Amino acid sequence: MNTQVMVDIENVSIKYNLTSEKISSLKEYLIKVIKNELFYKEFWALKEINLKIYKGEVFGILGLNGAGKSTLLKTIAGVLKPNVGRIRINGSMAPLIELGAGFDPELTARENIFLNGAVLGYSKKQMIEKFDDIVSFSELGEFIDVPIKNFSSGMYARLGFSIATSVNPEILIVDEILSVGDYIFQEKCNEKIKEMIKSGTTVILVSHSIDQIKQLCHRGAILEKGSMACIDEINSLCDYYYSMKN
Amino acid sequence: MNLFASYLKNFLKFKGLLIQLVSRDIKVKYKRSILGLFWSLLSPLLLMIVLSLVFSELFKFDIENYAAYLICGQILFTFFSEATSLAMTSIVTSGQLVKKVYIPKYIFPLSKVMYSFVNLGFSLIALVLVFIFSDIHMKINALFGIFSLIYLFIFCLGLGLILSSLSVFFRDIMHLYSVLITAWMYITPIFYPIDIIPQKYILIIYSNPLFYFITYFRETVLYGNLPNLELNSICLSISFTAFIIGLFIFYKQQDKFVLHI
Repeated sequence: MNTQVMVDIENVSIKYNLTSEKISSLKEYLIKVIKNELFYKEFWALKEINLKIYKGEVFGILGLNGAGKSTLLKTIAGVLKPNVGRIRINGSMAPLIELGAGFDPELTARENIFLNGAVLGYSKKQMIEKFDDIVSFSELGEFIDVPIKNFSSGMYARLGFSIATSVNPEILIVDEILSVGDYIFQEKCNEKIKEMIKSGTTVILVSHSIDQIKQLCHRGAILEKGSMACIDEINSLCDYYYSMKN
Repeated sequence: MNLFASYLKNFLKFKGLLIQLVSRDIKVKYKRSILGLFWSLLSPLLLMIVLSLVFSELFKFDIENYAAYLICGQILFTFFSEATSLAMTSIVTSGQLVKKVYIPKYIFPLSKVMYSFVNLGFSLIALVLVFIFSDIHMKINALFGIFSLIYLFIFCLGLGLILSSLSVFFRDIMHLYSVLITAWMYITPIFYPIDIIPQKYILIIYSNPLFYFITYFRETVLYGNLPNLELNSICLSISFTAFIIGLFIFYKQQDKFVLHI
């Protein structure tokens, strides 16, 4: 195993402020302040997480609903900033957290490829180089100049996946997206991810499917109510996960 | 200095996105209109015609070249109003992106101000048409007018940063601001000359930042005068004060945005 640390999570905690009712207007806020009813309930979505993910590793994250898996992924992707602790990322990263986030429905697929590429931080030159690959992988063919508001959700996801994986990232973050599209495309996505793993991409995978995790990952972690319950090699981790359930 | 370098590096990485967002907005705006980009030219002209009919016929202001006087103030105010309003909602309307991918968040208000600036560019063509029609010969000093546009751009960006961070937490700012914009229009000498303001209210005009930008623009573009040092320093200090305050508020609040969208 390569020992270069790609993702280094040190003592990370994330806090959400839960108000009993969500206040989103100035009027409500002032009324609450005057009536002295402004309470915040603190909720720690992640508690003191320590984790190192090495180069070339496929790392699975397991946990029940609400365990903090998505919060952890978003923190790694830089969407959320930890309240305590720090995260260091070494290398380029493609988050497959939601496919096609940032598509504009009024624009055509062609225009969206460049827009979404820019969202992911790829340069225009890179996108021009990869344009044909993206079109052929997404199998959109003649629909390339159609505004994507007319697309089916499967086409949407196909395009999103093709763009995000077109420029070989060093770290790939995958959050339960392999359940999109028909089974043929799912197979294709799986193949593509396996291919990327072979070429040395570090993958962080969240899934509820233990089989999928077992099949793909080398190592993994289990989150439980925001805390790290266990980090281990994948087989013993899955055994532990089953024993947790029972 | 290292920190600054890393910000700059990050900005350069997302420079492409900025361009994409601006061109996206322009494309989407004209997607289903027959006249397309021509609208950017036509709408300030039509507005100018309506306003000049109303005010020159009804109120009979004693202003030489009223149409030209009017359009100078009008296109600047339209830019200001459009840029700040769009920047204000930019974070909230890009909620999907803010929640799903990492992007430096100031990109959103900045792209809206830039988009409005492009529209302003088209309006300048309308302005030139009005000048030709009114038989006004622009002098070389008109080129100094560009500075007033740059000052105004920085001012709008600063205000846009403040408004966009506030509106994430308090959505009703958006409604308040649209009322405020209307009031602001009336206290800005766009369609009336400043001499009609009674002495006791003159302070309101003088405390209005837009007054200085518009005066600068008219002095240079319409009257062909050189901008004096006083006007330059006033505009410069207003715009940079707004910009620095905006940057400060935005920087302090930006990590909380994602929790409130």
